[in-house]
Amino acid sequence: MDTAFPTRMGDGSLTRLTRAEIEADIREGVAAAVKRAKIEPLGEDAIDHLIDIFCSRSRFSAVDIGDEVVLSYDGCGSQDMGTRINDLQYYEQYLCADSVEMYHHDYSFKPVKTVIDFEQTVMRQAQFLITAPCGYGAMPDLGRYTVPDGPIANWSRLLPLGKIDEARAAQEEAVEMAADDIVFVAAGMVEAGIDFIDLDTSGAAGDADFLAALKAVERIRARFPDLGIQIGMASEFVLGMHGELEYDGVRLAGLWPREQMKLAAKAGVTIFGPAINVNTGKSVAWNVARTLTIAKPCCDAATVPVHLNGGMGVGGVPMHILPPGDATSRASRAAVDILHLDGL
Amino acid sequence: MYGQAISHGVASGMGGIRAAGDLVARMQITRGMRLPQAKQYVADKLGVSVMDLSDPVVMLDVRKERGLGAALESGEITGIDEPIGLEAKFHIAELLGVPVNSVERFRRITAPRG
Repeated sequence: MDTAFPTRMGDGSLTRLTRAEIEADIREGVAAAVKRAKIEPLGEDAIDHLIDIFCSRSRFSAVDIGDEVVLSYDGCGSQDMGTRINDLQYYEQYLCADSVEMYHHDYSFKPVKTVIDFEQTVMRQAQFLITAPCGYGAMPDLGRYTVPDGPIANWSRLLPLGKIDEARAAQEEAVEMAADDIVFVAAGMVEAGIDFIDLDTSGAAGDADFLAALKAVERIRARFPDLGIQIGMASEFVLGMHGELEYDGVRLAGLWPREQMKLAAKAGVTIFGPAINVNTGKSVAWNVARTLTIAKPCCDAATVPVHLNGGMGVGGVPMHILPPGDATSRASRAAVDILHLDGL
Repeated sequence: MYGQAISHGVASGMGGIRAAGDLVARMQITRGMRLPQAKQYVADKLGVSVMDLSDPVVMLDVRKERGLGAALESGEITGIDEPIGLEAKFHIAELLGVPVNSVERFRRITAPRG
């Protein structure tokens, strides 16, 4: 009789699967990625390695000594203990982060613009104390520019009314406003000493959101040639809320990580972070297999470092506020071993 | 149990300032170097092997010798005469041959005026 191994579902709950069930889940995860993203499957060696990683009762799993990768973090700390600088220090001193990122609790560029002086002051102090690369991060968050939070017509209200042209025009207007704000904040934080700016969760509002990020990166790169610039994606696939927007002649709607990376690199990022979503109703083995299959073409074609997003609902890590170490470590190891990542 | 930062750090991380992860990260961030290239670049600059870069035992001595900063650990690792934070970043910028923004800013803001 096949022995069952303790493992996790995508929501973090514990389950038990036999070796045959784990192998079936991994093969189904690969097949789901191939079908959805129209890409090549993982090779048999990679699938065998995934089976070995998940068919284990070990509480933890890790890469081989010497195979470690750079760990960058979006939004360091909970802002529940001490100060935001303390958060950065915890990540640097105790969590062994290779780079740290300060953030405003609203985590969007638009609200940061109004408090930039205060953000600069905290960053200046942080730079005195932190040794590791220390950057600043926020989201393009295009929805913030629409009624009732902003001045632009709300395309989420226009689209159900069939007002397609008006919805598209509103998004195009928001793109320029968001890009201006991102560049404004980046320039302000450069004055305060940042090593990098992170445009995190890019594309959250669809193709216009991603376009705002790309346009901002292009302008930041032109002004600050030595600044680190990171784009972290919101999800695996760029939603076509507009549908016709292009960057460098490439239609943004429907792009998968490899094409997202190429455009981000063209715009001027030094690090690209793909985000592959988790299905909470499937096992972690299924999710990791699907994640790696989707991310592999991006990593193989990369011209800049790729840091796969790996936390709470992306990158195979369970969608739970406290992702279990057994599942997170397996997702982490599998990604490094199979994708030959530059970082996480 | 754990947070994702602890799990990733133990499973696959380079160790940050407890080893040489921050230095390799700096080459990725500033120069867009892929991991093998960035590791080799830092190893060459430090005169150590690529394998040593994730080894806290080797790297503590290297970091102290070169003034690159290290974990504080109640003052037992980094003494008062050893650089940390911005002080260490002056040495890091010189070692790696890359501009560090906060160092450039410090030089600019403390330059004689008038």
